Amino acid sequence: MTAAVEIDHLTVQFGLFTAVKDVSLQIRQGEFFSFLGPSGCGKTTILRAISGFQDPTQGVIRIGGQDMSGIGPNQRPTALIFQNLALFPLMTVSENIGYGLRVRGVPKADRDRKVDELLNLIALSDQGHKKIEELSGGQKQRVAIARALAVEPKVLLLDEPLSALDLKLRQHMRNELRAIQRRVGVTFIYITHDQGEALTMSDRIAVMNRGKIEQVGNGRDVYEHPQTSFVASFVGENNGFTGTITKISGDQAEIETSVGRLVGLNKKSLPVGTKATLFIRPEAMQFGAQGENNLSGTAADAAYEGMTTHLTMKAHDGSSIVATLTGAPAREFPSQGSSVSFAFATRDALILPA
Amino acid sequence: MLSSTGHPFIFLLPVLAIAIFWVMAKFEPKPVGVTKKSFFERNGTPVAIYLIVAVAFWSLFMIVLPQLFMVEMSFRPKLPPIEMGGPKDLYTFENYHYFIYGSTTSSDAINWVHIKAFFLTIFASLLVALFNFALCYPLAFYMAQVARPARVRFLLLLLIAPYWVNEILRAFAFRIIFSSGGLINKILLGMGWVDQPIDFIGNDIALYAGLGYAYMLMMIFSLYNAIETLDHAQIEAARDLGAPWWHIHAFIVIPFAKPGIASGCTLVFMLSAGSLAAPLVLGGPRSLWFTPILYDRFFQAFNWPQGAAYAFILLLACVSFVLLVLRLGRLSLGEIAK
Ligand SMILES: Nc1ncnc2c1ncn2[C@@H]1O[C@H](COP(=O)(O)OP(=O)(O)OP(=O)(O)O)[C@@H](O)[C@H]1O
Ligand SMILES: [Mg+2]
Repeated sequence: MTAAVEIDHLTVQFGLFTAVKDVSLQIRQGEFFSFLGPSGCGKTTILRAISGFQDPTQGVIRIGGQDMSGIGPNQRPTALIFQNLALFPLMTVSENIGYGLRVRGVPKADRDRKVDELLNLIALSDQGHKKIEELSGGQKQRVAIARALAVEPKVLLLDEPLSALDLKLRQHMRNELRAIQRRVGVTFIYITHDQGEALTMSDRIAVMNRGKIEQVGNGRDVYEHPQTSFVASFVGENNGFTGTITKISGDQAEIETSVGRLVGLNKKSLPVGTKATLFIRPEAMQFGAQGENNLSGTAADAAYEGMTTHLTMKAHDGSSIVATLTGAPAREFPSQGSSVSFAFATRDALILPA
Repeated sequence: MLSSTGHPFIFLLPVLAIAIFWVMAKFEPKPVGVTKKSFFERNGTPVAIYLIVAVAFWSLFMIVLPQLFMVEMSFRPKLPPIEMGGPKDLYTFENYHYFIYGSTTSSDAINWVHIKAFFLTIFASLLVALFNFALCYPLAFYMAQVARPARVRFLLLLLIAPYWVNEILRAFAFRIIFSSGGLINKILLGMGWVDQPIDFIGNDIALYAGLGYAYMLMMIFSLYNAIETLDHAQIEAARDLGAPWWHIHAFIVIPFAKPGIASGCTLVFMLSAGSLAAPLVLGGPRSLWFTPILYDRFFQAFNWPQGAAYAFILLLACVSFVLLVLRLGRLSLGEIAK
């Protein structure tokens, strides 16, 4: 099966600045694919290159196997949902949704039927006559999706469409988006800098940093098996200790850091003397008990969130270390300033090149 | 209207004007559900008082009273100064009557010369406005949506610089360019496209070009301001949905810029219809523009009441035009004044 979208050695430069560096990717038919990365890493630029608004400096984009070079945005089988939605304020909800069909010269009767169908899909059946400004944030969101789906694109491109919404609505819309995607079966390419969003919605995620792809994989891959330090620290919370590898035994390595000698898994087979960072997730950190690796310091903060508590310890070198606990031990957390210790198992710690 | 017994009234007028604006400030309409500070709280009492008094005086002495005087004068007969206010000084329609029926130069029952000039002026001004729009829209769109800021600044400078030369000199420059021995005819003759110079001035082509050029900035700025506020993502969204370029202009940009288009067109129309310098300098021997006739009423015929009547007719025509445009575009006055 040909990939829905194939990005082949894509490079985009703005003057001397390279926004996207040699990115190659294959996005499958019907997949919910996310680009995740910090602000300014080139996510929008990739999306604009796919939709045809940005010419690649180098490389090729193929959609359904067809080379898209020289094909304008109005000729591509893609539909883009803009970061600010870009709904047409002078048109009603129905007119917005029907715009793409009107442009294609679809007769009014067919157009109306399709618009009704889509209004149904986004659960706004009786609100087609409304003005855009009369809608709530989440409703606008859904209208933008319906407007894009109306032209039956092969690929729907979404540029941080939820970033303007408040937290509650954002969580609700995540589920909604995912449900719509399952129902219509269109390939979704989704951009976000919110890792929670990427993890909950996506089939696969490409983690980006400074114009490059750091890792591609499903949510568990990027969370549990990060391949680079950037992915380990960007996706989810992580404690990182940087130092030099001093000893190797089997698939484990010992690393000399400012908080002491620590041992973790050396999956990248880094040799002795390499500068590296050991990562340990806060939820893998144990409080109170002694273990394979031990850290000590003074209690700094306990953020109680009901189901979990985030304990922060100030280590001897001044760095903050976080442990996330569930259940009972949280209540016995010592008062601020008293000495405490954390421990973690070697198999939970990951050593990656710094 | 303001006879000797009316004098106390004239002192009451400013007070009345201030009171009106005070009430307007006090009870300004607010969108329902929005709690907004009042006019006085927003500006502070001293500033608010200053604004109210200044606006009242401005509108009274610069706008309302002069117009009222003009209108009032237009209903009076032309009399030697001695007889003004005398028994013959009665209100009359004779000045308006003259516009339609009177004439000093022909024996026609109807004053065709003036009526024709009036309608020609209105019609030509309309054409000038439309032509100006067609000319300025692409440029305004380019500046507002396509060009980079540095390019926009440069273009604005190019557009504004000619207006540092005063209007009369510019009109003369046009006259020279369009004259039978002028630059344009020289080029046309030199290229062999015509074998006789074209009489641009006699055909009023120079006049229309001059008028169009004189008020181009008004159009450009009105359009530019309107189009500039259109979010570029809207244009891209339309394109992404498959719209060809003309569809985007017809259904996205122009509807959005409608208030700017209306304000540009009405401005250019009114300025053209009321223009004096360009018709005087660029008008051919046979051209008939209404404003020179109007001017002649005042300063050739020394018939101020009649001039006032003619001015009022022109004003009415312009106001009707604005109202018509608003009506056609389903706009409110506030929108085009933005
Ligand atoms: N038209 C342009 N001209 C010059 N530089 C640009 C242009 N568009 C983007 N850039 C630069 O390219 C880089 C990547 O931009 P891009 O918009 O792709 O980031 P992003 O990942 O979408 O960020 P965000 O999450 O903030 O939207 C940025 O550093 C930006 O300054
Ligand atoms: Mg972006």
